[in-house]
Amino acid sequence: MIEDDARTHILPHQHKLGGVIHALHDLMRVYGYIHEEHLPIVADVFNNSVAEVRGLVSFYEDFKTHIPAHTTIRVCQAEACQAVGSRQLTKELETFYRTELGHRGKDVELEAVYCLGLCASGPAIQFNDRLIAKASIEKLRVPG
Amino acid sequence: MTIAYVPLDSVAVAMEANAVAAQLAEAGATVIRNGSRGLAWLEPLIEVQDEKDRVAYGPVTPETVAELISDGVLHHQLIRHPLYIGSIENHDFLRSQHRLVFDRVGYDSPVDFPDPTDTLNALAMSPDALIDMIETSGLRGRGGAGFPAHIKWRTVRGTEAPAKYLVCNADEGDSGTFADRLLLEGDPFRLIEGMVIAGYATGAKLGIVYLRSEYPVAKTIFLQALEIARARNLIGRNVLGSDFDFDLELFVGAGAYICGEETSLLESLEGRRGQIRVKPPVPAISGLLSMPTLVHNVISFASVPAIVRLGGDAYRDLGVAPSSGTMSFQLAGNVKRGGLIEVPFGITLREMVEGYGQGTLSGRPFKTLQIGGPLGAYLSHQELDTPLTYEAMTDIGAGIGHGGLVIFDDTVDLAEQARYAFEFCELESCGKCTPCRIGSVRGKETMEQIIGGRATDREFNMIDDLCEVMDRTSLCQMGGMTPIPVRSAMERFQQDFRHRTKP
Ligand SMILES: Cc1cc2nc3c(=O)[nH]c(=O)nc-3n(C[C@H](O)[C@H](O)[C@H](O)COP(=O)(O)O)c2cc1C
Ligand code: SF4
Ligand code: FES
Repeated sequence: MIEDDARTHILPHQHKLGGVIHALHDLMRVYGYIHEEHLPIVADVFNNSVAEVRGLVSFYEDFKTHIPAHTTIRVCQAEACQAVGSRQLTKELETFYRTELGHRGKDVELEAVYCLGLCASGPAIQFNDRLIAKASIEKLRVPG
Repeated sequence: MTIAYVPLDSVAVAMEANAVAAQLAEAGATVIRNGSRGLAWLEPLIEVQDEKDRVAYGPVTPETVAELISDGVLHHQLIRHPLYIGSIENHDFLRSQHRLVFDRVGYDSPVDFPDPTDTLNALAMSPDALIDMIETSGLRGRGGAGFPAHIKWRTVRGTEAPAKYLVCNADEGDSGTFADRLLLEGDPFRLIEGMVIAGYATGAKLGIVYLRSEYPVAKTIFLQALEIARARNLIGRNVLGSDFDFDLELFVGAGAYICGEETSLLESLEGRRGQIRVKPPVPAISGLLSMPTLVHNVISFASVPAIVRLGGDAYRDLGVAPSSGTMSFQLAGNVKRGGLIEVPFGITLREMVEGYGQGTLSGRPFKTLQIGGPLGAYLSHQELDTPLTYEAMTDIGAGIGHGGLVIFDDTVDLAEQARYAFEFCELESCGKCTPCRIGSVRGKETMEQIIGGRATDREFNMIDDLCEVMDRTSLCQMGGMTPIPVRSAMERFQQDFRHRTKP
């Protein structure tokens, strides 16, 4: 059952400092997103209201409430990457994947990210879990 | 037997270092994954060690490394190969640096347990003598504001409370900065030692490292280092045989720039939305769980072992007091040679951009650099001879922040950068106060009118007014400093704004 299953991922964090954030991270890892049904369980374990948990989920970029696309590409939009063409790269990716930044295409979701710490080797992107420096549309055509 | 060093840091990995490492292992080398030396444009930078020399090649790719292997790189030096660098320590980019925080980074595996002499020596001193030493050293916070460290240490030590905490700010959200990441990936023990010493001096028994979630490699390495530190008694009961107990934990953030601000970070650590707390009280008096809390950036804590090693006076004599010691600058953006540059304060912007950086990557003329992250000023070529000290930067309306320098060539449009500054504030605002929450949106819209050529003096006055209000009435520096990139761009690059005015 989703209820029992989710609870087993939430409970280990109950008494940790900031445990609710650990728990939400774990739900993301296991389910790929935070289900509506998770909210009351989290609220119950941490003695919060559902509204408070919803507030947390909406505040933090990492916590999603929709099913993830097969591929998520995070494209750095911050200054150091702007300086080496991230705006142009973003446009090319939008055309290539027929979607817009911040939206889900058929299989691909393009997401904005603000710095991946690769600022001396931009533009930087993250293709699912894989970091790519000096990113270009060519590098993505041949998945390595 | 030949050893091949292949960095495991995020930049190297993002340039296919894992594939390179696998190829070298397959060819018979003993592969050691080291940290990055911080010469980002040379990553992946491999080093091959034979009986006497350690020779670097880079930047390699899976294709060129296959070529190097078939040319015999594991058996003899390929002096004539275009990727041959020789000893990396003799590279001008490294040789001219003065590394105290980053001194060990890149030599070996980041999880090799280091010689803990600095920590042992610190534990042999009295806490008050240690704080005096920090005061003498002139250490100021490397997270952004440059606040004198010793004042916070003394406050935490002197405040009576049932518990005290250390919080390490590894949220490193500023674009153009990656020093915290490089250290966590390259020498996490440096940070752990610094926190142990600071815990001993202030009376804190628990430290928490708040790491941004965008740094998965740093997370893995740091967790390994924590385990080793515990096994080797650098943390835990009776640290290194002393009667001091200290423990450390890792907390991973969840994607919010504002959580780099210390009070927002504390809210987040306590499991809430990262909204700013009104100061006072400052965290050193009432921080985590309302207990006295020493919040420092990674590089601030990691500077402490070197201060213990050199002594406060010798540390202060580096740099230009009251900008004392070394600063870990980061050169990024449109620059030929980007990376980490740890040098004493006082080096000029020109030495950074033209010396270390060798100009723009595109080869086009330099136009501007932004110093100190997204809330930092855009400077022009006329200011390149300014020395990098807190004082000299204040004089030109800028700040060093966390030490990031982002270079732009002449294709940049400063009106667009000003628009982005408002947009970033809109995206990352915690929403608690109106000037920031609403001002950023109005500012972005007004900049869009200016960029679209629909502006009259009214729009320019509007930007002025918004900046004035945000600067003076925002609760924290997110809203309070957003006017800095906007105004600095408008003052120095008027042509990018004014040509768009309606006649
Ligand atoms: C919007 C905002 C973001 C910040 N982000 C960071 C950050 O990512 N890392 C950091 O160390 N300090 C950051 N700071 C500064 C912290 O509030 C705080 O001053 C610092 O962690 C104190 O450490 P220090 O004494 O070592 O500088 C930020 C401040 C503001 C206003
Ligand atoms: S200035 Fe912005 S980020 Fe800071 S408290 Fe106000 S709304 Fe929050
Ligand atoms: S600005 Fe893009 S990785 Fe840092």
